[in-house]
Amino acid sequence: MEDESPSLAVPVNAQDHIQGLESAPVTLVEYGDYECPHCAAAYPIIKAVQKKSGSKLRFVFRNFPLSYMHPFAQLAAEAAEAAGAQGKFWEMHDAIYENQESLGEEMIEELAQKLKLNINRFNGDINTHKFKEHVRKDFLGGAKSGVNGTPSLFINGERFDESLDEDTLVAFIRQQSLA
Amino acid sequence: MSTALKPGTKAPDFSLPSTPDQQVSLSEFKGRNVILVFYPADWSPVCGDQLAVYNELAEVFEGYNASLIGISCDGVWCHNAFSHDRKYHMPLLSDFEPKGATARAYGVYREKDGHSERAIFVIDTEGVIRWSYVSPMGINPGADGILKALESLTSKAA
Repeated sequence: MEDESPSLAVPVNAQDHIQGLESAPVTLVEYGDYECPHCAAAYPIIKAVQKKSGSKLRFVFRNFPLSYMHPFAQLAAEAAEAAGAQGKFWEMHDAIYENQESLGEEMIEELAQKLKLNINRFNGDINTHKFKEHVRKDFLGGAKSGVNGTPSLFINGERFDESLDEDTLVAFIRQQSLA
Repeated sequence: MSTALKPGTKAPDFSLPSTPDQQVSLSEFKGRNVILVFYPADWSPVCGDQLAVYNELAEVFEGYNASLIGISCDGVWCHNAFSHDRKYHMPLLSDFEPKGATARAYGVYREKDGHSERAIFVIDTEGVIRWSYVSPMGINPGADGILKALESLTSKAA
């Protein structure tokens, strides 16, 4: 047991938010928290890596809100899921990371309007915590996979413990795509 | 080669301060599973994340009849400030005087560094170690090993 390196306990599935082709040779799964500054720092890096890796890379985002530390992380996660129910998960995901410094209830409301979501439905989903269970499932799957803080990345199922910078990631993904 | 106590060993009892006026003993937890987490120091970014993940899992651990306890060589006032800052719910014990005595008893004290390894022990309801793990320094263990150990403990008991 001690020698097993942590690996993804929940395979990529239909409940996931996925960018890229299913046929891509490399899948990168991020467990992230919308209020975590390290995740916000990783956000443009992952965007750049996606651009450079093109069709070689499939990207999946899963929720891992550290709610005691980050009071708005759970709200943000549920908001992104609620936007996802209206086909705008990635737009909300990106907008939150791009405006993380003002994350709060007001900001979420503004983003929902900016993204032209059906506001009644969106607010209903937030107020009834429709996606709380989905977020919780993501979190537990992450804990079982060995998520050890945020962001945690898994590349083709294995936890990526190296430096989270563009060059390292691009090189690692290229290597994996040839394997 | 790690000197950490191995599964099957009786977990050494200890009584250490968790706050300036409270002591916590392992023997108080008889009848519950205990997750004993040794970490090198308060405030280092790696432990911060490690404990933050465990902090969110309190309910899940509870489902396994398990309590999580953190231990480092920091003093109680330091633990107090750290715990308050990070909103931790688990007790943090101070293995401060004599320094590292409990870490030594579990075989996870780093003499030349003056602090413990990053090590985890899962102890069953009878006080026997059922799983132990020493993480490479600088690598933050998640909760996967703990959850697997608790799963196998509770499935055996059932």
